[in-house]
Amino acid sequence: MSDTGELLVEMRGIHMEGRSDETWNPIIKGVDLTLNKGEVLGLIGESGAGKSTLGLAAMGFTRDGVRISQGSVMFDGIDLLAASADQKRALLGKRIAYVAQSAAASFNPAHKLIDQHSEAPVQHGVMSRTESEQDGMELYRKLRLPNPEQIGFRYPHQVSGGQLQRAMTAMAMSCRPDLIIFDEPTTALDVTTQIEVLASIRDIVEQFGTAAIYITHDLAVVAQMADRIKVLLKGDEVEEAETREMLSNPQQDYTKSLWAVREFQRPQKPAVLTDATPVISVQGVTAAYGKVDVLHDVSFDIHEGRTVAVVGESGSGKSTTARCITGLLPPRLGQIELDGQVLPLDYRKRNKDQLRQVQMIYQMADTALNPRTRIGDIIGRPVQFYGGLTGKDKRKRVEELLDQIELPAAQYFDRLPSELSGGQKQRIGIARALAAEPKFIICDEVTSALDQLVAEGILRLLARLQDDLKLSYMFITHDLATVRSIADEVVVMKDGVVVEQGPKTDMFKPPHHAYTDLLLSSVPEMDPDWLTNLLTERGVDNIGDAAVDKMT
Amino acid sequence: MNSVLKIILQRLALGLLTLFIVSIVIFTAVNMLPGDFAQAILGQSATPEAVEAIRKDLGLDKGPVTRYFEWLGGALRGDLGNSFAQANFASFVGDDSGVRTSVAQQIAPRFANTMFLAGVTAAIAVPFAVTLGILAALYRNSVFDRVANISTLTSISSPEFFMAYVLILFLAVLNPILPSLSNIYDGMSFGERLEKTLLPALTLTLVVTAHMMRMTRAAIINLLASPYIEMARLKGIKPMRVIVRHALPNALAPIINVIALNLAYLITGVVVVEVVFVYPGIGQLFVDSVKIRDIPVVQACCLIFAAAYILLNLLADILSILSNPRLRHPK
Amino acid sequence: MSGLATIVVALVAIGIVAWVGRFAMQKISGNAPKFRDMPFAVAFGYVLAAVLVALGVWYFFQPKANEQGIQNAGVIFFRWAVQGVLIGMVAAWIFRFLGRMVGTSGSRKLFRQMPLTASFGILVIVVYAVLAIFAGLIAPHGQETVFAQANVVPGGNPALGGNPDFPLGTDQIGRDILSRLIYGAQNTVGIAFATTLIAFFIGGTLGFLAATLQGWLDQVLSRAVDVLMAIPSLIFSLLLITVASAWVSGFGLTIAMVLIIAVIDSTRVFRLARAVGMNIVVMDYIEAAKLRGEGLGYLIFKEILPNATAPLLAEFGLRFCFVFLTISALSFLGVGIQPPLADWGTMVRDLSAFINYASFAPLAASVPLLAAGAIALLTVAVNFVVDWMLYRSSGLKE
Repeated sequence: MSDTGELLVEMRGIHMEGRSDETWNPIIKGVDLTLNKGEVLGLIGESGAGKSTLGLAAMGFTRDGVRISQGSVMFDGIDLLAASADQKRALLGKRIAYVAQSAAASFNPAHKLIDQHSEAPVQHGVMSRTESEQDGMELYRKLRLPNPEQIGFRYPHQVSGGQLQRAMTAMAMSCRPDLIIFDEPTTALDVTTQIEVLASIRDIVEQFGTAAIYITHDLAVVAQMADRIKVLLKGDEVEEAETREMLSNPQQDYTKSLWAVREFQRPQKPAVLTDATPVISVQGVTAAYGKVDVLHDVSFDIHEGRTVAVVGESGSGKSTTARCITGLLPPRLGQIELDGQVLPLDYRKRNKDQLRQVQMIYQMADTALNPRTRIGDIIGRPVQFYGGLTGKDKRKRVEELLDQIELPAAQYFDRLPSELSGGQKQRIGIARALAAEPKFIICDEVTSALDQLVAEGILRLLARLQDDLKLSYMFITHDLATVRSIADEVVVMKDGVVVEQGPKTDMFKPPHHAYTDLLLSSVPEMDPDWLTNLLTERGVDNIGDAAVDKMT
Repeated sequence: MNSVLKIILQRLALGLLTLFIVSIVIFTAVNMLPGDFAQAILGQSATPEAVEAIRKDLGLDKGPVTRYFEWLGGALRGDLGNSFAQANFASFVGDDSGVRTSVAQQIAPRFANTMFLAGVTAAIAVPFAVTLGILAALYRNSVFDRVANISTLTSISSPEFFMAYVLILFLAVLNPILPSLSNIYDGMSFGERLEKTLLPALTLTLVVTAHMMRMTRAAIINLLASPYIEMARLKGIKPMRVIVRHALPNALAPIINVIALNLAYLITGVVVVEVVFVYPGIGQLFVDSVKIRDIPVVQACCLIFAAAYILLNLLADILSILSNPRLRHPK
Repeated sequence: MSGLATIVVALVAIGIVAWVGRFAMQKISGNAPKFRDMPFAVAFGYVLAAVLVALGVWYFFQPKANEQGIQNAGVIFFRWAVQGVLIGMVAAWIFRFLGRMVGTSGSRKLFRQMPLTASFGILVIVVYAVLAIFAGLIAPHGQETVFAQANVVPGGNPALGGNPDFPLGTDQIGRDILSRLIYGAQNTVGIAFATTLIAFFIGGTLGFLAATLQGWLDQVLSRAVDVLMAIPSLIFSLLLITVASAWVSGFGLTIAMVLIIAVIDSTRVFRLARAVGMNIVVMDYIEAAKLRGEGLGYLIFKEILPNATAPLLAEFGLRFCFVFLTISALSFLGVGIQPPLADWGTMVRDLSAFINYASFAPLAASVPLLAAGAIALLTVAVNFVVDWMLYRSSGLKE
């Protein structure tokens, strides 16, 4: 953002390999990268695209089991691949700094924040300890951390995630480096926290004119941060352009498809008849883990063929609500009705038919499928258990189900889950739920562990199945884009309470409850000016945790 | 600080409770023995009066609960009762020449000897093992690491007596550097005592070092993979400082655990090694008493071994709580 | 003290050579990264290793006897040890080579990835299994047969007091040592194996039940196991065997020992099975099965057990070693496997006095070490295999 046109990093023809099973497999297949002083480059790609590996290589660093097999890395005229270990060490921390994805794991739990902050300046002889501590407090203030004078004297576990991420940015700034590598710094944070961190990172990078490589999988985020964007796919460069150019006019098919993801949207369904019996009705549910109430008087209905999206940040109680409906956590007060019939609260007291009607699809397909069971048996078990089918009939039904989830039966019937990709595993999870022939399916963050294109496919499949089979979904998610594309009605939760509920169209139109408003406004959009506009519109004090604090 | 104190007190209470239950288990096990000790001690020829006298002397005429609490009370005061060894009952068959020795008298000097052996072993093994473990972690997957891996595995797998005889073979028989028998007696100088203890101590060191080194290595490698170590390296910190300042404070808890676990393991190992070297320690006494079924001694030795074991584990627990910054500095 | 001084001087010399050598290699190789970034400690290690290897080679080629005809027993033992290791390595290599040639594609792949230590371990285990199963056919004599000739020297050379009928000689009361060693495989290994199986049956069943049902059953079992584990296992088994010896003797005592060790060891198995079970029970596929309405049997046998086999198998190897060593130690102390069954621990105890003849009769001294070595070899082999299994399963997780 303060590009001087002077070259800082130049990587040429980088090939990298990773060691697994005693052989070296390519991770990066010949990528060039240049970065000028004061420029911010966004590096985006799906998981496994090699963006973190490439980012670290820009520091002349490789993780264990990874090597740079070809190419060159020049940093301000220094050949990092030919430099001695001592030379490289003198650069790291001092002129090149790193901000990691998980600040909670990247701060040493045994030392105070300020001690870790001042370590690099003292070790590199840039500042004395007291100078560095003073400077640290100044940086904390600039990054809008609360109590900048005292927060440094805390241990990492005493500070919240969003604050730690900012403290880590301050630590990266401690020697005023020429280059900072940001490796997915906001991925682990909630949306309302993320925006605060984004705003402060952008601000400080601009103030000091630091060059940065910003690694993320989130297009909307990178659009706010970067001057230029480079897109990676499985270790290859797809294309690179100025941010605005890239957003408005992508050249490659892959990039276009990434941009298109968020355009899937279902038509709004007609309003539900007022006298219709809901498939699932949650009535005044209060539930507790131990003695602490985590849900307070939660009520909502889900009608036939409809999708209710339950939205909220981590700890808002959305998954707990699902556990109450399935009967894993019997509520303390209130009841659950299925088709107007009251369900026993504990799943062990429900009969086979009641269990059959409520099915679940999980977030992590890896842990949702037994790794030792073949696909045919995973889907076949509920077919046999509920439907009583065996032998040929069972096989036929399983093949039908595989057909429904668009996986060729002949090819997948005898495979193990480990032989499938993430999206395919999620489809098996869907087929297992369908095999019970339920009325109602709970989808618990089913797309959040998947790459965007794959997630899109899953959403389309779920939408089609709903139309074909008149299914009702409860869709738990923290991602508002997903809500926009699939929901009919929305329930917003915060701290175990339903804050707002209603049809989707109403929800995305003002007026809102203050929290819904904050949540909606915190979701980054694919507009490079979005963050700037938001900040001018709302002011720095009305975003993120600061705004949440004001509410309560 | 308050919560740490609470946790430590809880652990202490739990440790004491465990010890109490263990003492019941030991006592019950021993009291499951059928038949009459008194008869067994004196043989078939004993007069009924003599048998009755011994029964009374041993308190066998009282109920098991009373006897348990008498035993426990005595044990707490350091009185572990009298040995069943033949000489102790000489008076009952009309022979007054024998001097009665109490279990405590019998155990005390041997306990000191065993502690000396364990102390020498720990003094050699702990620094050696921790240093080797750190080196193996630092140069992991190198030739050094692989050789260390194979040799420690071999050492762990070998029975103590194999190690002991191999050492005797090379250091006592083929090259008479150290004595193969550890005849320790009162009034020996420290140097002499050390010389006699060295071979059993070396045997134990070989077994324990291997364990400790492998676990230290694993603890540190586990840690070196953590993001904050990568962060430290990316801040340009020198490798030695990364280990000492960033890895070691966090590895303290696992390493302390490893050390305590292995010192506790020494307790078991010491039995076999003492027998091989005829070292007059508590382990040998235990085995001898087991063979002649000298119940009070077996019972007492068992309690001492169990107490030492529990205390070491408790110590490890408390030290690792204290080394955890999350507990030392609560939110 | 002169010995200590020599060592210090040697270390300093090695240090100097290492420093000079590193410097020289930096110059010669034109500052190749390998030498440029080499810490001094690593250079020191290389030189130290080279010196040790050179010393070993020098010692290996020392004459077996001096001019006066007195045997240099140290050299003889050293040669035996080195030759033993070399033969083991060659045998393991050949075994692995064969494994890569024959068998199914799966087993061939397994052998291709196998380190030499693991193939050595498998080879040893196979040999022991064959010996144990066919002991009656392989052993030249019965395990209890007493011959007239006692204390025959091993080696089978009549000139040295040996007898070709007894290649490893006879013991103090005239039993053939080779036969007893072979029968020892059957008795010692067989008993340890059975004990481990019982321990796994008890500990595994209770552990999985505790993990699946949780609640009070888990609480009770876990607390009981905590208490039992607070007593060192060798000590506890010695105590219980003392008690048992009041009722039974001879073969009955051996059975009692098996049961006692199995119960004590099942506490360790319980801990592991419970921990492994707990890790699996929290998985979503278990929740899915529970919500489907599946019963306890289906959950344990179809969902949990198939996912617990790898850690349980590795643990079985480790527990077997532990049980095997405990039984050997008990036998060595005289309270383990009872005569007349031939057993390695007892043999070591009975023959241990021969060690002292090592300097003039190395062959005789080797016999107790042979029995002890037989114990060590099997546990080493099992440990090598388990180490590789654990490495594989930890590597596959990523």
